[in-house]
Amino acid sequence: MSAEKTGKKKAEPTKSAMPFNPLTRDGQRRVVITGAGTINALGHDVASTLEAFREGRCGITRLDFRDVDRLSIQIGAQIHDWQPESYFNRQQILLYDKFTQFTLLAAKQAVAQAGLNFQGKLGLRAGVVLGTAGGGLNTWDDNYRAVYEEGKNRVHPFVVPKLMNNAAASHVSMEFGLRGPSFTVATACASSNHAMGLAFQMIRSGGAQVMLTGGSEAMLCFGGVKAWEGLRVMSRDACRPFSANRNGMVQGEGAGVFVFEDYEAARSRGADILAEVVGFAMSSDAQDIVMPSAQGAERAIRGALQDGGLNPEQIGYINAHGTGTAANDKTECAAVAHAFGHHADRLMMSSTKSMHGHLIGGTGAVELLACIMALRDGVIAPTIGYQEADPECALDVVPNEAREAQVDAVLSNAFAFGGLNAVIALQRV
Amino acid sequence: MTDTVKSRIKNIIAEQAMLEPDQVSDEATPEELGIDSLGLVESIFALEEEFDITIPFNANEPEKSDFDISNMGTIIAAVERLVAEKAA
Repeated sequence: MSAEKTGKKKAEPTKSAMPFNPLTRDGQRRVVITGAGTINALGHDVASTLEAFREGRCGITRLDFRDVDRLSIQIGAQIHDWQPESYFNRQQILLYDKFTQFTLLAAKQAVAQAGLNFQGKLGLRAGVVLGTAGGGLNTWDDNYRAVYEEGKNRVHPFVVPKLMNNAAASHVSMEFGLRGPSFTVATACASSNHAMGLAFQMIRSGGAQVMLTGGSEAMLCFGGVKAWEGLRVMSRDACRPFSANRNGMVQGEGAGVFVFEDYEAARSRGADILAEVVGFAMSSDAQDIVMPSAQGAERAIRGALQDGGLNPEQIGYINAHGTGTAANDKTECAAVAHAFGHHADRLMMSSTKSMHGHLIGGTGAVELLACIMALRDGVIAPTIGYQEADPECALDVVPNEAREAQVDAVLSNAFAFGGLNAVIALQRV
Repeated sequence: MTDTVKSRIKNIIAEQAMLEPDQVSDEATPEELGIDSLGLVESIFALEEEFDITIPFNANEPEKSDFDISNMGTIIAAVERLVAEKAA
């Protein structure tokens, strides 16, 4: 290294040296969110989604797609006015399943907000981890129909690259030139939380400087809803989490994508920081393939607090998993009550699935928006559709109307079928 | 006919509970037979397939369903009713 360069460094740190400064919490890098994007039944971007959260608006409507009349479940949080040709060219539409389309739209919004350019060295230190449960389910559905029902013996050459679960992550990496670690996580309803937690860990440990993360789901088609009907846990009329008269979950669709970034790098470039990701924990019930365990959920909640160096009393809001099923909601409330003790009666916990439906593998990503809104705007998204108190869900679930409140730290819960739990902790910066 | 329907129902439930059909009494509850919530949903599916009927059952509010799952007797009566309605 030349003396000239060394001298320059002493005077002011160069850009290339910046990412390697381990200015950290407990010897680890701090991780912040500098961009967010979404499309879901409530809106095609973050602003319209947050507006819906504030208004307590419901995105659940009558489903509209081929053969819907043969379903016993007729409602869902469907994106009705989706016109891919507004965003993608013909060749892209041939190659992108709906879950990829949703992801790319959300990712573009997030990257635009973050104001990042991944050309050059940054691209080598950036990657993408996304969650999805069904991947290109519409593509499976359409093509099974073609070969089984219609008796066709030929399918389009892009069927496999379109339906594979990593298609969305790969297209995001290609769109922005992210050449670091990229992969897809599939843990059913916790996929997005697992993905975002891993992205967080990667930056915190120094494995990457920027990660695009979140998840998406596009399961609202005949096969996707028919499969869920089989379990008999779906509501035919509404999603009413924590309400005594709740009668099941309602599916949704869409995507949420965030830019997670090394705090020092974000600060040095003057980025607008939406929130800090401070803790993450995963646990497994190791018990039942569909019935949740309060102990497993509680371990993930406690783990996220511990990982983030947070006292339970610091948590002002929890975005609940809150599916609106009999089993989840009472189990989740028991887990929160145990994990927080007396403080459980003081914190707020809402389920925004009552508005955007259950996006399965994409749900944690859209729900993280409610966490950011709580920290940044001081507005707590409500649990709408709440009608009757349930003694087994005796927490402040922010019924029906959004509430103004200042909170400094929040959690986002996700508890998946298969007993896989993932909880993320965010803090105001 | 009713006896046949009843024995077919008991065969299905017995298979789910891993018991012999004669061990499934009319008074037995699904719980007593060792059938959990997922097992119950599976049994209901098997009954629907066997008799080509649709059983109204939401696992979130079993007590509100028209399909009474209190014990084997009520399950048999409900299935017999649905089978009769289908034949009518």
